[in-house]
Amino acid sequence: MELVLALGVGVVAACGVYLLLRARTFSVVLGLSLISYATNLFLFGVGRITVGAPPIYDASAGAVAYADPIPQALVLTAIVIGFAMTAFVVVLALVAHQRLGGDRVDQPLPEDEA
Amino acid sequence: MALLLTITLPLLLCWVPLLGSRLAGRHASAWLAGLVALGSIVSLVVAASGQAGDAVQLVHVPWMPHLGLHLNMRLDGLSLMFCALVLGIGELVIVYARYYLADDDHRDRFFAFLLLFMGAMLGVVTAENLLSLVVFWELTSVSSFLLVAFKNDKAAARRGARRALGVTGLGGLCLLGGVLLLGDIVGSYELSDALASHDRIVADPRYPYALVLVLLGVFTKSAQVPFHFWLPGAMSAPTPASAYLHSATMVKAGVFLLVRLWPALAGTEQWFLMVTGLGLATLLFGSVVALFEDDIKGLLAYSTISHLGLITTLFGLNTTAGVVAGIFHIMNHATFKASLFMAAGIIDHETGTRDLRALGGLARHMKSTALLATVASAAMAGIPLLNGFLSKEMFFKEAVDVGAGMSQPWLVPTIATIAGAFSVGYSVRFVWDVFFRPATGKLPHDPHPPPSWMQAPVALLVVLCVVVGVAPALVVQPVLEHVSLSVLGTQTPAVDLHLWHGLNLPFIMSLVAVGAGVGLYLRRDLLTKLRQRLPALPSGPRVYESILAGMFRASRFVTESLHRDSLPGYVVAVLASGLVLGLVPFLQAPSLSVSRVTSVPPAPLIGFVLLLVLGALATVRLHHHRLLALLALSLSGLGTALVFVELSAPDLALTQLSVEVATTVLMLLALFFLPSRSPKGEQPSGRHIRDAGLAIAVGLGVAALLYAVLTRPFSTIADYYIATSKSHGGGTNIVNVILVDFRGFDTLGEITVLGVAAIAVSAMLRELSIPRPEVAEDGRRWSLDRHPFLLRVMSRPLLPLLLLVAIYILLRGHNLPGGGFIAGLVTGVALILQFMAGGLSFATARLRFDLVATAAIGLAIALATGLASMLFGQPFLASAFTHVHLGPIEFELASAMAFDLGVFITVVSVLLIILVRLGRVGVDASSPSPDPSPDPSPDPSPDPSPDPRPDPSPDPSPDPSPDPGGPC
Repeated sequence: MELVLALGVGVVAACGVYLLLRARTFSVVLGLSLISYATNLFLFGVGRITVGAPPIYDASAGAVAYADPIPQALVLTAIVIGFAMTAFVVVLALVAHQRLGGDRVDQPLPEDEA
Repeated sequence: MALLLTITLPLLLCWVPLLGSRLAGRHASAWLAGLVALGSIVSLVVAASGQAGDAVQLVHVPWMPHLGLHLNMRLDGLSLMFCALVLGIGELVIVYARYYLADDDHRDRFFAFLLLFMGAMLGVVTAENLLSLVVFWELTSVSSFLLVAFKNDKAAARRGARRALGVTGLGGLCLLGGVLLLGDIVGSYELSDALASHDRIVADPRYPYALVLVLLGVFTKSAQVPFHFWLPGAMSAPTPASAYLHSATMVKAGVFLLVRLWPALAGTEQWFLMVTGLGLATLLFGSVVALFEDDIKGLLAYSTISHLGLITTLFGLNTTAGVVAGIFHIMNHATFKASLFMAAGIIDHETGTRDLRALGGLARHMKSTALLATVASAAMAGIPLLNGFLSKEMFFKEAVDVGAGMSQPWLVPTIATIAGAFSVGYSVRFVWDVFFRPATGKLPHDPHPPPSWMQAPVALLVVLCVVVGVAPALVVQPVLEHVSLSVLGTQTPAVDLHLWHGLNLPFIMSLVAVGAGVGLYLRRDLLTKLRQRLPALPSGPRVYESILAGMFRASRFVTESLHRDSLPGYVVAVLASGLVLGLVPFLQAPSLSVSRVTSVPPAPLIGFVLLLVLGALATVRLHHHRLLALLALSLSGLGTALVFVELSAPDLALTQLSVEVATTVLMLLALFFLPSRSPKGEQPSGRHIRDAGLAIAVGLGVAALLYAVLTRPFSTIADYYIATSKSHGGGTNIVNVILVDFRGFDTLGEITVLGVAAIAVSAMLRELSIPRPEVAEDGRRWSLDRHPFLLRVMSRPLLPLLLLVAIYILLRGHNLPGGGFIAGLVTGVALILQFMAGGLSFATARLRFDLVATAAIGLAIALATGLASMLFGQPFLASAFTHVHLGPIEFELASAMAFDLGVFITVVSVLLIILVRLGRVGVDASSPSPDPSPDPSPDPSPDPSPDPRPDPSPDPSPDPSPDPGGPC
């Protein structure tokens, strides 16, 4: 189970990095989203993985090995903030496209714009 | 306590003069500053009167105890003397400045800076903790910068202030290093401990380094050669500030530290060589240059440098008598130099010039000023019956005594006598050229006597010079004994101040110096010629500026060689170095063996991870076709949510799913305005291979690291949360209780970040409006049916249902998966659906909220919940809960739920702000826009890469723009 998750996260991270290195803003945004998935899953994995024991306290159940709630709380806010970050980057890309007349990220600005 | 007040009064009340001119007229700021200083003086008197004999009064104020940093203060003879100088001369300078400064000089600001500086200086001289001494030391550098740069409309003032700050700031850094070393050697940062550990400090191998660093701090502050050049530049300060900084305070901080640390650091060969060596060089250099200065203040500045050299020399001699003489000269120099600077200010004020070549014959116009300046100059020259004579005599005696123990017994006394002669020479020049020689020409103003109150401080100081000079045993001997005792303790020599010690060698040296000095003044034309023959030395400012320019060049070179104007370039650099840095500990790890048993994956997990992975791979494969890539990306997001479901994280799954919807809507909106394709073949060939290699390496690293983490045994602090979630937080959904209760402060920060992001997005889009394209890039028309009938019909009844679900999720969140974040996302998505189905104007007409205000309300609710607990004496965000019985219904009500409500409102508003604002960007190209955005499209630039699309795609874009002809 651990190996499957680790490999899956690794592939997603690799895909994210590859897209991050492309020349257009939209690809960079896609890459950042993939890297967000990988990072969130990674952070989540720090609490180790458990099947079938969500951290919902049940007094009648006695001692249960609940899934670690701390990484879950961290990741939950990370997902929401990730949305805000994506929105920011997307809008930045949009404004840059309008103002600078292009969406390349691997070239110096044209002289008159710099 | 009174001591604490002495220092804090000027520091904390330094803003008071700023009120002055606004409240009570032109001179109120001076009076207020004077009052604050007076309060400080009174509390110093109170503090000192409660102190017996040679006792040391310590005040302990912890600041950062774990760093050894305290605001501890110390009042002993030495600090008392310096406090008296700082406050006494400070008060006189305030009185003087009241008459000196013109109306348009922003005097309220001047007095505020002066008080700030005064407080910093008091902090330095009373510091018991070495670290706090450094803090105040830096504060003197900063506040003196403000004073020197006071006439900030003049380039010379700005330049002078920058230099002064640069040099003394660098010295301050060195001093910090020295103090840290010293504290490490002693094992404590308390001055008392350092003073008691002389033998240990001197024997330590780190002693030379500590010494050099501390001395660099001292020498830069006290303007010793070769760091002296900032001081003449600092003469661009208003004259009252110069009188203060360069007589009793700023430059004296350096020599203060010398004598303060004398018991801890002195007594070694290194000390003698460095301190006396540089001191003698400074003494000679300053006195020679002063003779040739044509600006009165310049002359006084170099004279100050020379006298500081004298004091430094005395402390460097490693004799107790030298220390006594040095302390005595500090007092004497402060009195006569302050009065001379003030006199120079009067001359400048009344004649409009400070140029010695232009001035002359002023004695006829301002008799009393002439008298006072003459007496003070005589004290500076070391003429008998004045205070300067006594300490100079002591200096000559020490020079002879120390010389006797050296291989060239004549060396030190000769240098001392030559410097003495030059100082007589420049003193004579100052007095004669300004007051007594016939006037040479027309002055800018007709000279007339100054206001008598402007002259009063000068008179008081000159009287002191005379009284000390005539009756030293009576007036100053007990003070000097007291101060020396506090420095030297049991080693204090007998202090014996007399006017007449018989016709001994020092007196002969004095006679020679006076005779030669007058001769030097009369024939200084010869010296000028000699000086012109000599090769010019590199001037301090020029060296300093060229070093500075070199540093700027170097940093520009580094920046330009790193700046590559390419995002992939930076990303590659960051990732590659991250890989290397990560690899090193990985290879050094003792074993990578699996220590936790891994388990067989359940079948659903394999499927979900596969969905995640395939989605990611498809995104890469399709990324040139942006719409398809986006769809593939959302598959991956769905996979992530499902993995969360399988791995016992229902809250995360719900969040991920709703965020996924919002993100997709967002990106679709953005795609409407962006090119629909990323062209292929834009990057150099081979770039794909490199990037793929790097990506695979990173992926492998991530996978290996995650596998290593997952298979390691661990202990978690979560047990506490699990055990107390119900009993303390009143909820059973532990994740939610952590978010809104245990770590509520974090959550408050996070929703603030959301608000900031929304405002940033809103600001970026404010000016932007883009005409909606009529046709797609491949020439096909966009669908005319902007709001499909089916969607419009279906979405209306869906809204109440969705809202009901959201409220349910919000309410149950404390106990079951759900909560403010998820409910907020669901609500946001439900409302966005209305925008998509009905159009912007339809939805805005029905949703009459100022969204930014709503977001602020949400934040305010969360904050208020936190603050409310403080009303009940609980810490910020502590929660309370209770069981409520309403007839047959029993439920728990936790204050954290109010917090969650705040989270909910914030999330909804942020989501709507971002998406609605983005939707408003589009305007109709043809018709005038009914859009409320204020800015009609300002010359929109056309898309630069109109590449034809081979395969058509259906209209993907929800169009939330106003629909003039819609049925709504």
